[in-house]
Amino acid sequence: MENLIGLLVAAPLLGAAVLLCGGRALDRVGHWLGTALAGVSFLIGAVLFADMLGEETSDRALHSHLFSWIPVGGFRADVGFQLDQLSMTFVLLITGVGTLIHIYSIGYMEHDERRRRFFGYLNLFLAAMLLLVLADNYLLLYVGWEGVGLASYLLIGFWQHKPSAATAAKKAFIVNRVGDVGLSIAIMLMFTTFGTFAFAPVLSEADRAGEGKLTAIGLMLLLAACGKSAQVPLQSWLGDAMEGPTPVSALIHAATMVTAGVYLITRSGAIFNAAPDAQTAVVTVGAVTLLFGAIVGCAKDDIKKALAGSTMSQIGYMILAAGLGPIGYVFAIMHLVTHGFFKAGLFLGAGSVMHAMNDEVDMRKYGGLRRYMPITFATFGLGYLAIIGFPGLSGFWSKDKIIEAAFAKGGTEGWILGAATLLGAAITAYYMTRVMLLTFFGEKRWQPAPDPHKTAGIEPGAEAHPGELPHPHESPKSMTIPMIVLAFGSVFAGGLFSLNDAFVNWLEPVTGHDHGDSPLSAATVTAGTMVVLVVGVALAWAQYGRRPVPVTAPRGSALTRAARRDLLQDDFNHVVLVKPGEYLTRGLDRVDHTLVDGAVNGAAASVGGLSGRLRKLQNGYARTYAVSMFGGAAVLIAATLLMRAV
Amino acid sequence: MSAMLAASTTSTGEAVQFWVLGTVAVIGALSTVLMRKAVHSALSLAGTMIVLAVFYLANGAYFLGIVQIVVYTGAIMMLFLFVVMLVGVTAADSLHETLKGQRWLAVLCGLGFGILLCAGIANASLKTWNGTGTANAGGNVEGLAELIFTKYVFAFEITGALLITAAVGAMVLTHRERVEGRKSQREQSQDRARRGIPGQPAPSGSGWPLVTPAPAPGVYARHNAVDIPGLLPDGSTAEVSVNATLRERGQIRDVSGRALAALAELERRAGDWRQQRGGTGATVVRTDPSGSTRYRPEGGATVYTPEDEAGRQSADRPADDGANDGHAPEGAAK
Amino acid sequence: MNPVNYLYLASLLFTIGAAGVLLRRNAIVVFMCVELMLNACNLAFVAFSRLHGNLDGQIVAFFTMVVAAAEVVVGLAIIVTVFRSRHSASVDDASLMKL
Repeated sequence: MENLIGLLVAAPLLGAAVLLCGGRALDRVGHWLGTALAGVSFLIGAVLFADMLGEETSDRALHSHLFSWIPVGGFRADVGFQLDQLSMTFVLLITGVGTLIHIYSIGYMEHDERRRRFFGYLNLFLAAMLLLVLADNYLLLYVGWEGVGLASYLLIGFWQHKPSAATAAKKAFIVNRVGDVGLSIAIMLMFTTFGTFAFAPVLSEADRAGEGKLTAIGLMLLLAACGKSAQVPLQSWLGDAMEGPTPVSALIHAATMVTAGVYLITRSGAIFNAAPDAQTAVVTVGAVTLLFGAIVGCAKDDIKKALAGSTMSQIGYMILAAGLGPIGYVFAIMHLVTHGFFKAGLFLGAGSVMHAMNDEVDMRKYGGLRRYMPITFATFGLGYLAIIGFPGLSGFWSKDKIIEAAFAKGGTEGWILGAATLLGAAITAYYMTRVMLLTFFGEKRWQPAPDPHKTAGIEPGAEAHPGELPHPHESPKSMTIPMIVLAFGSVFAGGLFSLNDAFVNWLEPVTGHDHGDSPLSAATVTAGTMVVLVVGVALAWAQYGRRPVPVTAPRGSALTRAARRDLLQDDFNHVVLVKPGEYLTRGLDRVDHTLVDGAVNGAAASVGGLSGRLRKLQNGYARTYAVSMFGGAAVLIAATLLMRAV
Repeated sequence: MSAMLAASTTSTGEAVQFWVLGTVAVIGALSTVLMRKAVHSALSLAGTMIVLAVFYLANGAYFLGIVQIVVYTGAIMMLFLFVVMLVGVTAADSLHETLKGQRWLAVLCGLGFGILLCAGIANASLKTWNGTGTANAGGNVEGLAELIFTKYVFAFEITGALLITAAVGAMVLTHRERVEGRKSQREQSQDRARRGIPGQPAPSGSGWPLVTPAPAPGVYARHNAVDIPGLLPDGSTAEVSVNATLRERGQIRDVSGRALAALAELERRAGDWRQQRGGTGATVVRTDPSGSTRYRPEGGATVYTPEDEAGRQSADRPADDGANDGHAPEGAAK
Repeated sequence: MNPVNYLYLASLLFTIGAAGVLLRRNAIVVFMCVELMLNACNLAFVAFSRLHGNLDGQIVAFFTMVVAAAEVVVGLAIIVTVFRSRHSASVDDASLMKL
């Protein structure tokens, strides 16, 4: 069984290699090959899962050491895989949702002439993410981490002919670098502290190291997680990442990439458990981000960006839960899985809507689509109900538990976190209802298709005829079937997981679990959640359901305007980071030109001048040389005599 | 001197010899440096060397003294003189110094060096010495030979190799590589037909190179000295018949006009004489082989004019024209 | 008189020769001055031989003569060659050892 673990990563990696190196010959079968290999990976994952279920709880973790990568003196880096319950959960999510997105992409990218390459990148993405979650040490995890960054760069900038896409890709990559620096520093700190960076020794000996060092490691890990999972303050890349094709957004938001941060923190739980300050930082980041993302999601008219804000917010929930310690790890992962289902479903639904509406993304130009796209409507609707936490659906089970856990943190901190999560739930209900109402209900606000020559970079595959109203239609089966499957997941996953606390029992051996000491009973929390849910939905209905929606957005309040600009995140970065950076580089440039160049040129000039003087000694006349020789001989005699005299 | 062991002074005769000849040696050395002509320098140096040879003899180095005279003064200095001649004996060097500060530096270094050397020698304070008496007991040459062929035999062999190398090196240095094969007689004649004789100008006005051997000087002229050009059938001079060096220097003596004039004068005087004595002896004049009769009527008048003579010949005309002229009447008379 | 005087004479001649090497431009004269220096050395060696009472100094002087002969042969060949190509025997004219 251990040998199969390597195959999990190898299958999509092989797909990526073949598709990216294979050339045009594979254009016709490339997408099938990519999808098949993703499916193979999922099947292997399923086999391993079944095998794991058959084992005893204590004996479920598999370990596979492949080879010694960098053995240098005391430094030893191995390539080895570790498949425990946590990794297994991720493997199934990544390969399962990933395969569905592959299938969806077959239809979605049908008219793109670079489809083979797209599938190559998707496979690379899966392979990198699988490597990340299967690694048995932090260094190999870092390799996967970087691979994910690379794949996301390639995919976000897939339509590289659009400057906005190229910029978004660069932005994602650069912001991720900041987090990567955090991870690399964390790994270095681990090595200096523990002398190794394999999971098992580091995590088992974590509590023996000093708290200061652990806090430092934890904060660096948090920085890494913030970069990958788009948490405040490194959240700015996520919204722009919507420039990529919609399946990419689904993949990034549901199965890969943004979940990496949650995985990292959960995996490093032992370090955080021993560093309360780092945990506080984690929950703070999570709480801030969940509200930040939710507020941004309320103001966006772009359907994908609204969903992106939602993702940020939901990941905030997970980070918050992970920061709660053993109370929250399990629920963070559980919410991650359920979120993977419904967010993938929502994004695929959004892609389907855009596909039908000539790639229009402005929700204010949708309306009344439920009659034209019943399957999309149904799946999107189920995803919507799941994300707002409608009782019985997936989101309800996971989010409710997180809110409970937040209260269970105890003390003032618990109350603040609980309030934040509740507020977040209300806002989630509000903005998701808004998306739903604007898209599928109300009267048609369709606009003629834009001229493709004027708006560069329309998604290929849209048969847009300039000046015509869109003719919304249901998407092909390759797109609807994944949506249906994901809708099933959205509906039933949470319930299944909560049956007899199945998920808690499943993950407990890895992450540990603690029920905490909640000041409120579970029923009270659930009731509160329901109340804020109804309030959020009602507010949205009052604003967007009862009244006709203007096609052009009203000016709105200051908060709305700020939220439309992502709560001024880019302006903040510009003022705080870019400007000082520019001043610094300009100053350094000046220093380089005056001081450094001056020193270098001055040295060169002085040497040159001196040489010019010395050169005159070398006048080529043998007699001049003879004089110096003769004088030298005289000096030698003088020296000899002096020595004798002394 | 041979009996002296650990002596502290030499004989008075040697002292006198030293001071007299030492002065000569120093003067010779200074002359070597200061004489403007290389030949004088070489001769001064030879003098110094001979003095040194005497000093060698005085110091008991009899073999070296002889070798000094034979090898140095006899061979090496002659080689020097030979090269001086080769390079140019007449050229006198300018003693003006061209390198800035060279003279001062040289004098300064020389003075410093000499003073330091003398100081070193004085510092050694050698009051007594051994003399070569015992070393030369078995004969100076025998003693040297014994050392050369025993103790210094390797150095001796190596100097032998050095001499051979030097000889070969000198030959290689002065050797001029022939870059093309030697021309055969046929090729030389073909070249001459193509380009004319090297160094010989084309006969004036012809436009053709001179392909035949150049005419000998003095042909048809009254003289056959090398600086007198031959005459062409029309009585003009053939400058190619004169050595190119003389031609370059302008040292051609054209005496044809003078000879004809002298002949004309002779015939005039002979006519006068005939008129005085009756018509005998006319056949003698007719047998003149130079064909001067042909030139007599106009040649005497046109060729020999004082102006022409001054314009054609340079001022360094030899003063012995009269002697040369003297031959013409004799030749004509015969 | 002390034979040390020969040493003083030798150093005087040597210095005069060296000054000549430095002062004269004609390569042949320079070469003669070099010979003068060699001869001065020889005189010193001979004097040393006498002072020490053995013949080793004379042997050295002998070898010096041999080497000087070889040197003269090669040196004069060089001078002739240089003169042939440059039409000058001045050591200053052969100042190619500069930029």
